[in-house]
Amino acid sequence: MSNAVSTAPRAAARVSDSKQTDQRKAALAWLTVPALFFFLVFAVIPLAGVLILSFTSWDGIGAIGAAGLDNWFSVLADPGLYNALGLTFLIMIVSWLVQTPISLLLGVFTAGSQRYRAALAVLYFLPLLLSSAAVAIAFKALLDPNFGLATGLGLPFLAQDWLGVPQLALGLVIFVIAWQFVPFHTLIYQGGVRQIPKSLYEAAQIDGAGTIKQFFHITLPQLKYTIITSSTLMVVGSLTYFDLIFVLTGGGPGNSTRILALDMYLRGFRANLMGPASVIAVILVIIGLALALFLQRLGGKDKQGSQLEGL
Amino acid sequence: MKQPQTSRRSFLALAALTPFAVAATTACGTSGPGASSGGGGASMWYLSGEPNQTTMQKAVDAFNSANSSDKISVTYFQNDAYKTKIKTALGANQAPTIIYGWGGGGLKTYAEANQVEDLTGWFEQNPDLKKKFFPSVFGAATVNGKIYALPNQYVAPIVLFYNKELFQKAGVQPPNTWDDVMSLVKTFNNMGVAPFSLGGQSRWTSMMWLEYLLDRIGGPDVFKAIFEGKPNAWSDPAVIETGTKIQELVSADGFIKGFSSITADSQADQALLFSGKAAMMLHGSWTYGAMKKAGQNFVQSGKLGFVPFPTVADGKGDPKNGVGNPAAYMSISSKASDKEKESAKKFFKDGILTDTVINAYINSGSVPIVNGIEDKLDKSEDKEFLNFVYNMAKNAPSFQQSWDQALSPTAAEALLNNIDQLFLKSITPQQFAENMNGTLGK
Repeated sequence: MSNAVSTAPRAAARVSDSKQTDQRKAALAWLTVPALFFFLVFAVIPLAGVLILSFTSWDGIGAIGAAGLDNWFSVLADPGLYNALGLTFLIMIVSWLVQTPISLLLGVFTAGSQRYRAALAVLYFLPLLLSSAAVAIAFKALLDPNFGLATGLGLPFLAQDWLGVPQLALGLVIFVIAWQFVPFHTLIYQGGVRQIPKSLYEAAQIDGAGTIKQFFHITLPQLKYTIITSSTLMVVGSLTYFDLIFVLTGGGPGNSTRILALDMYLRGFRANLMGPASVIAVILVIIGLALALFLQRLGGKDKQGSQLEGL
Repeated sequence: MKQPQTSRRSFLALAALTPFAVAATTACGTSGPGASSGGGGASMWYLSGEPNQTTMQKAVDAFNSANSSDKISVTYFQNDAYKTKIKTALGANQAPTIIYGWGGGGLKTYAEANQVEDLTGWFEQNPDLKKKFFPSVFGAATVNGKIYALPNQYVAPIVLFYNKELFQKAGVQPPNTWDDVMSLVKTFNNMGVAPFSLGGQSRWTSMMWLEYLLDRIGGPDVFKAIFEGKPNAWSDPAVIETGTKIQELVSADGFIKGFSSITADSQADQALLFSGKAAMMLHGSWTYGAMKKAGQNFVQSGKLGFVPFPTVADGKGDPKNGVGNPAAYMSISSKASDKEKESAKKFFKDGILTDTVINAYINSGSVPIVNGIEDKLDKSEDKEFLNFVYNMAKNAPSFQQSWDQALSPTAAEALLNNIDQLFLKSITPQQFAENMNGTLGK
């Protein structure tokens, strides 16, 4: 009996609890209005606009005319699109392969509490402070075959036609992107490493695991979600590497660094072909969403699971 | 090809995007069409960069102090950034009253979209003003028989510059024919000096070579057919020969090593010529003033030589033909208020090519596009060069406007892209012609 007596008030409490949560949820929903507003104005509406523009012919100045599927057919039949797509994915993959190990190792290194590491970390993070345009201008000046670094330092092997030979230019673009973005990802990994409980390492040390074993059996698995986050940023971000390449090579020599985002800009604002440029914008959005979704899935179904159970 | 004497730093297109956005909103808020309620005055966008910026600012100041009710407010932009900015502003109906431009295909786009005022009638009312200019400069200002822009500034033909000191050392003469060019390439390569300097990354720099070669080989009619959009006009044998000759020159190491890494923005191409690393350079006449300023007495001590572009054996083109920028142009936005338009026209008439401005252009080594300046040119310390340019502009049976300005922006972008590939030898002259045929009439 005492049980029955005690359950009733509890149930009542639960009802009032859920009422409160509903109210709180409603209040919270209102809080999302500003964010939703900005999302609508700056993401959804432009996106719809681009989608509509992709079915029109417009030079950016005159009247907008309907073009049906013409832009889509002409862009999809253009070998330039596949060249740009190929380059975009190539830069994406190579950038990931180059940046991830470097950022990971630097992140682990700078996560240590030694003072000299903190000093080095400050140096590593310097490129993060510079704008892409400034970075590109600086590299362009340094790599000038006649008046650049090679002449200044008297190192003839540096006097290559860096931005004039297709393969060199592509490699250089990947290098400069890495130079600029490794610090950012290092920062992410540094944070991730510092979150790993010390007790895990202490336990491993007692069990006799060395530094390398600790890295592969504790640090790396613990960083799983950090790696996914960093990779998502890298992969989706590489779709928008525009500014740096625009300033550094302008897509050249020839079309050897004309990635999708740059192709879109050049078509739209240089060649006055807003319709085809919008088609490419739509393609970029689709690829970006697909990649983000794929990387989220990669996180696995045990996303809610924690490796820190019992700690 | 782009505008004289402004450092075209394409990077600033980007570096300056944000400030531009701010400038756009503020400029249009205060002086843009529609916003300036009532009173006169007009807004103008002009290119930054010396010496033209100072010349224009002085002209505007002088006009404003004499015409307090028609004040001109001017905002300066970097060249490449301006080209994108003005298009966007026109599309958004936020253009200034006075629109700076290069005439030709770009102006045609504006005129056909009814964005710029037809000035034909106004020029008829002001015959004295019209007579002030070289007659040839109206060509690029005319669309479908109507004049849409006021020519101004100076004529800027493309000139073959050479380093006299290096030519003396090699004991050779500047080239008269294409064969001379090819033999000079050998001479200078053996000397360890690059034959030609070229800022190939800028692409329009490479285009200047094609413009002259095509004229010398096939005469002006070949490009005329292209300009008129005649089917397969790019497949003319003269175009193929032009492409072949260019690729031969590239293969013979005619251009400095690494030329496709060099931009004209940095003026490194000019530095190569005056520092003796390259013997010759094909470039716009505006580089004369720039080299005079930067070249540490190279120009002043008479080491800079200049000749017309060489002839090609069996070529149809007159060796007196020139290519380049016939002038700069200014249009009036059709969206501006009547009062703004009136102020702009007054400025066009009384403010732009005053004696002070004309003298300023001459002093900076340029030939203004007005008649009756022979005496002034003769008195200048740069008279040799100024007369060379003046006679070229005056006596040329054909003066072809730079292709990328003459053609529509769509065709121009494709052209520059294909020229880049032609110089890299990643496409053949035949492929070049085929690719370009696809842009005819666009």
